[in-house]
Amino acid sequence: MTDLVNLTIAEALDLLNKREVSSEDLTRAHIEEMGKAHVLNAFITETPEIALAQAKESDERRKAGKVGLLEGIPIANKDLYCTKGIRTTAASKILSNFIPPYESTVSQKLKDAGTVMLGKLNTDQFAMGGSTITSYFGATKNPWNLDLVPGGSSGGSAAAVASGLCMGATGSDTGGSIRQPASFCGVTGIKPTYGRCSRYGIIAFASSLDQAGPMARSVKDCALMLNAMAGYDAKDSTVANVPVPDFTAALTGDIRGKKIGIPKEYRPDGLNADVAAVWDKGIQYLKDAGAEVVDISLPHTKYALPVYYIVACAEASSNLSRYDGVRYTTRVEGNSLDELYENTRTDGFGDEVVRRILLGTFVLSAGFYDAYYTRAQRVRRLIYNDFVEAFKSVDAILVPAAPTPALTEKALKEMKPVDVYLGDVFTTPASLAGVPAISLPVGLSQGGLPIGLQIIGKHFDENTVFQIADVLESQANFDQTPKRVKG
Amino acid sequence: MALNQETIKNLSVLARLRLPAEREEKILGDLQSILDWVEQLKEVNIEGIEPLVSVTQGTAPMREDVVTDGGLQAELMANAPEQVQGFYVVPKVVE
Repeated sequence: MTDLVNLTIAEALDLLNKREVSSEDLTRAHIEEMGKAHVLNAFITETPEIALAQAKESDERRKAGKVGLLEGIPIANKDLYCTKGIRTTAASKILSNFIPPYESTVSQKLKDAGTVMLGKLNTDQFAMGGSTITSYFGATKNPWNLDLVPGGSSGGSAAAVASGLCMGATGSDTGGSIRQPASFCGVTGIKPTYGRCSRYGIIAFASSLDQAGPMARSVKDCALMLNAMAGYDAKDSTVANVPVPDFTAALTGDIRGKKIGIPKEYRPDGLNADVAAVWDKGIQYLKDAGAEVVDISLPHTKYALPVYYIVACAEASSNLSRYDGVRYTTRVEGNSLDELYENTRTDGFGDEVVRRILLGTFVLSAGFYDAYYTRAQRVRRLIYNDFVEAFKSVDAILVPAAPTPALTEKALKEMKPVDVYLGDVFTTPASLAGVPAISLPVGLSQGGLPIGLQIIGKHFDENTVFQIADVLESQANFDQTPKRVKG
Repeated sequence: MALNQETIKNLSVLARLRLPAEREEKILGDLQSILDWVEQLKEVNIEGIEPLVSVTQGTAPMREDVVTDGGLQAELMANAPEQVQGFYVVPKVVE
């Protein structure tokens, strides 16, 4: 019973069911591991006492025969999920002392399923970024190499899952914030269909795009977590009132005859050779498993990034207007109300957040609204239509998750904003269309870094996504453990 | 669309953010390069295409118009930087 921190959730549930291990054992092992990994800076807030109390309660419930879907499993939440009575910061200065009086629906559902919460995970500030270096609480490091970023915005989640600090984690994905860090850290994460999970209590970035999702060390673990996270919620009017299937039932191991689309627009000239090689390998794996691979076209793909940055920044500028120095703990005084607003917001938001608020304010301002915001929304429909059209002839689409393996923090800090935004080129289309997409590690770069591929499915057809991902995972047989760096 | 110092000043007023003079130029350059990059959307033919506001289908669900919670004033005010008797306190706005 040594390696409790490298089990999958499925394996741990099996041991718990057989009473070979207790939730307290699992939780203690993870708390110990967290203590050794502070160099990663994966957590903003650790909650070991709460976790141990929850673990003991879980063990009691199990004795009493009350066993939830994820009974006794230690997980952690991205610090964008409001947790009642536990500080929730969005990795920002402005919310650095915010204690939510309510619990997000998804974290509540995970509690109801019997999970134990180890703490709150680092992210880019207000989930704005793909590196976790914009956090007010310092950057998270990539466990594969401390000079590299873990990706983002759910970089704390990815780093913690990859290095055995928790068995699974919540992430959130607006333009790739689950899928890209999953690729950078060699873990699996799914952005479900928009409307599959409630957004209630998740600090809003861009409301028409934000979606909650799980990150874990296997496809099955993500399916197990999503079973607990998904479902209708009266508190979020965008959640679909549709039945939630058992996602693990989709893992049949058989994808013979499935049609997989390979969009030519995702292979631009100069695509990173390592990424291209892993993608080709993934295509071959699916062929070997009996799937039919067909070339398709998603003609408006190249416009997804600019559309995304206009839409997301517009929504962000509106969502973040609530942080005014009056209601959310942080205030910098001023001589007038306007001065108080300005002082508080100027002091409380980081550079990237300011940049996006200003861009969003611009595209929504009188005289520019139609030329930028409305135009972007109209092109968004064309991107949406591309997917609808493609799914008339294929069951799923296979593409890379990110245009490169993980980059160094140094390189990113020297890049211009637009060049940084290009990192989201393969993830934003599925976000704009609202379709589900999973990212799972399929191979390594020449330099030994993980590279993930995405499987994109039809709206509310996570089952097919999981089914194909599960087969791809077995074929790729990816070694899930980075050379762990501990301090 | 060429931005100038005045546009940036106006935006920062609208967004209730104050940009120190030394940062204004950097922000101006950043925003200008982002705007130049999104210009490519002009080449897309969007004639007759309706804006996509939300990917969720159908209309917002209806529910009974009844109170489902309440009595949470103290909890909800707990994060206020300043309050008096359940009211948020701000600098004087009316002389």
